[in-house]
Amino acid sequence: MKILVCISKAPDTTAKISFTDSDTKFSETGVQFIINPYDEWYALVRGLELKEANGGTVTTISVGAADYDPIIRKALAIGADDAVRIDTQPTDAFQVASEIANYAKDKGYDMVLCGKETINYNGSQVGGMIAELMNLPYVSLAVKLEVNGGTATIERDMQGGTEVVEISGAFVLSASKGMAEQRIPNMRGIMQARTKPLTVVPASGSLAMTEIVSYELPPAKSACKMVDAENMDELISLLHNEAKVI
Amino acid sequence: MSVLVFADSNNGAIAKSAVEAIHYGSKIGETTVITYGNVDDSALASLGNYGASKVLINKSINEFDGQKLSKLIRAAAESAEVIVFAMDFSGKSLASRVAAGLNAGLVSGALGLPDTSNGFVVRKAVFSGKAFANCKINSDKKVIALMPNSIQVETNDASASVEEFNADLGSSAVTVKEFKAKGGGGVLLTEADVIVSAGRGLKGPENWGMIEELATEMGAATACSRPVADIGWRPHHEHVGQTGIAVRPNLYIAVGISGAIQHLAGVNGSKVMVVINTDAEAPFFKAADYGVVGDAFDVVPKFIEKLKAFKAQQ
Ligand SMILES: Cc1cc2nc3c(=O)[nH]c(=O)nc-3n(C[C@H](O)[C@H](O)[C@H](O)COP(=O)(O)OP(=O)(O)OC[C@H]3O[C@@H](n4cnc5c(N)ncnc54)[C@H](O)[C@@H]3O)c2cc1C
Ligand SMILES: Nc1ncnc2c1ncn2[C@@H]1O[C@H](COP(=O)(O)O)[C@@H](O)[C@H]1O
Repeated sequence: MKILVCISKAPDTTAKISFTDSDTKFSETGVQFIINPYDEWYALVRGLELKEANGGTVTTISVGAADYDPIIRKALAIGADDAVRIDTQPTDAFQVASEIANYAKDKGYDMVLCGKETINYNGSQVGGMIAELMNLPYVSLAVKLEVNGGTATIERDMQGGTEVVEISGAFVLSASKGMAEQRIPNMRGIMQARTKPLTVVPASGSLAMTEIVSYELPPAKSACKMVDAENMDELISLLHNEAKVI
Repeated sequence: MSVLVFADSNNGAIAKSAVEAIHYGSKIGETTVITYGNVDDSALASLGNYGASKVLINKSINEFDGQKLSKLIRAAAESAEVIVFAMDFSGKSLASRVAAGLNAGLVSGALGLPDTSNGFVVRKAVFSGKAFANCKINSDKKVIALMPNSIQVETNDASASVEEFNADLGSSAVTVKEFKAKGGGGVLLTEADVIVSAGRGLKGPENWGMIEELATEMGAATACSRPVADIGWRPHHEHVGQTGIAVRPNLYIAVGISGAIQHLAGVNGSKVMVVINTDAEAPFFKAADYGVVGDAFDVVPKFIEKLKAFKAQQ
């Protein structure tokens, strides 16, 4: 089984968000970067579990510059066999997806696993775009993935419940909570990661379709109005008359 | 500008988020709706009330099949400049695929109408609601996935024309085996105007009765923090936050939740937040609009009692 897992880099979930260059760039000063949680906890770990059960390889792929290498090494430490980095600084999801699709299209992967979304751009775009560009089926927001011979059974979140689908042949999926449990890399994994192959390939020159022209921070929140625990009438009156939500 | 809006249906009714997308589309230009399955013509014609001029329906697709639906939408989008989806479960599955197929840029999670004073710029939340980005689409065709509950829907008395629409949908490699509806009925978290959410402060799953009662009284959906879903006190699909579901209700009531940054990331789009917590220093109070320092086991039953009295008066 040949599994490709798309790994992106994201600011730590507790990072302070601020911008520079007249609010056109995310300020990386003092920010720790991590593997995007959906990519790591769910897509990568489920890929590794499938490989352990069925044999095969897990390759990670990232579209990014050399600043990606530390998080790619972490993915290798968790257990990926090898990694590919497409060497460019992408500016939108279409560009990322085109680069991944161009790289992967003739390599015979059985599945391409993405995260549900990046926690920095919250796009939920890359997986569906890869699927379209590679002409493969796409299952979004998957919470369960089982493989039996050449058939995959996938459960995905939909409005009001989950849908169970079956696919024979290659597919692209985006992974949501429930697919797998987080794995902490051990010492042996960390040592091995240093010598596992990380191949840097040049970009194919795909272009972006969108650009972020500026960022804004939300306006400062006005102070919280405190209501006495004995005075729930006041809370109800505030919610009715002031906030107008009940 | 000519606009195409994809509308998903639930049990024969057009989804609430889709109605918002239709209204949003009609503010941009002449709006055609594409839908599928089994929705009766009068319900389709009434989408004119929200601004649709024409509704196209494909009756050969009867279940959610992303490959066929994306082909259908692309065929219907031939003459459209702007294609709009709701950023709900089906929009997350289809918008990206359709955009790539049309060689078009996509802004997902749009919060408002495009600003066309200098190009075509759409505002969206980024960094899990901790900031906003103004995102410019540079392709000829433009795709937008609208965040649910971010625009006000107004209605009129117009009616839309309804036509069947067929296209070459090819075959699909995906077979839908089964749909497992979430138990419990009640209000869907992603559609709720009011959400009552509780955390580890509730001490155990046996104490959720009062949360459910409050939710029922308010016509609300129930939600929970991540550890609560992880320990199995509540089902995973109730988990809100950075790694769970992001919600944007009008009112979010948080009971016994500390307000960790990862929790706030999924709820900070709420219009009004009420926090009930024993600890006056809980970080959630910094993000809340109204706060009550007190024991949930004491405050929530009192709140329910007063709410019942208030409703009886209305
Ligand atoms: C990468 C990452 C992603 C994460 N993603 C999410 C996410 O998506 N969603 C999420 O929720 N968390 C997430 N977390 C976890 C998050 O950091 C917090 O640990 C979690 O939100 C805490 O849940 P809690 O508030 O229920 O519990 P606690 O932090 O234990 O807080 C319980 C609160 O209840 C109060 N309390 C106790 N007794 C009572 C009482 N009788 N009445 C009233 N109040 C009482 C306490 O004062 C306290 O404030 C994530 C963490 C990481 C590292
Ligand atoms: N630069 C990137 N390199 C590799 N994979 C990526 C990159 N950006 C996004 N992805 C993948 O696409 C998923 C969805 O991203 P997005 O569409 O940006 O929300 C992520 O969870 C990753 O799996």
